[in-house]
Amino acid sequence: MSTPLINVPAHAKQGEVIAIKTLISHEMETGFRYSPSGALIPRNIITEFQCTYNGEEIFRAQFHPAVAANPFLTFYTVASGSGTITFKWTGDNGFSQTASANIVVE
Amino acid sequence: MSTKERNLTRRTILIGAGCMASALGAPVPLTIRRAQATPATMAAAIRQVVGEATVNSGKVNLDLPPLVENGNTVQYTVSVDSPMTPSDYVKAIHVFNEKNPQPNVISVHLGPRAGRASFTSRMRLADSEKVVAIAEMSDGSFWADTVEVVVTIAACVEDGIP
Repeated sequence: MSTPLINVPAHAKQGEVIAIKTLISHEMETGFRYSPSGALIPRNIITEFQCTYNGEEIFRAQFHPAVAANPFLTFYTVASGSGTITFKWTGDNGFSQTASANIVVE
Repeated sequence: MSTKERNLTRRTILIGAGCMASALGAPVPLTIRRAQATPATMAAAIRQVVGEATVNSGKVNLDLPPLVENGNTVQYTVSVDSPMTPSDYVKAIHVFNEKNPQPNVISVHLGPRAGRASFTSRMRLADSEKVVAIAEMSDGSFWADTVEVVVTIAACVEDGIP
């Protein structure tokens, strides 16, 4: 099972730019490789990533097969209030995974 | 051209020949040619994103090691010079490559809430090639940075386990 690793600062000052790091375990099978028996291995990738801060979308990404296995992302946002940052990955074969982190903003 | 003629392509002839050869118990001498994007398909993929707009160079910085030992995971950072205010911000950043099977790598969408127009991720590179990052600004302009990388061990060379 894909377990996401999230790194969000627990505390931040109002208006501070914070870095958010995410890593999810996923093989990101490209759909261009062949098995030893010669059969094409079907594509199985994460296609979409979305991050919301207290319900408001702050970052979204579309992945293609060229994204390396175990997709890793670092991005930034402005700390605008205490609350929850949620993360959602969706992909082929009905893949869906969510995670969330809490942040306290002074 | 009739439908019958169109169907009789080099591929169908090869498949037919292969089937006949295997029916006769002979090994099938078919080589599999890997799918590969070309500079032209990358240009087409970029056109799909930017439309008719001109792509300026500058403002974008694609930070990618010039020499990559392992193409399976290549870390890169794209940062865009932008104040990220509600009136002037980066809407999206797209990354393209020249020689992987497909030209697209990733598209990220951000807004003035991001504070800093930058992200880091990891990509696969199938060959020594050009990588292009394009930023779409809130005013509709496009800015790009191109980096040429040398890859010693390419991604996508080894086959998977079934």
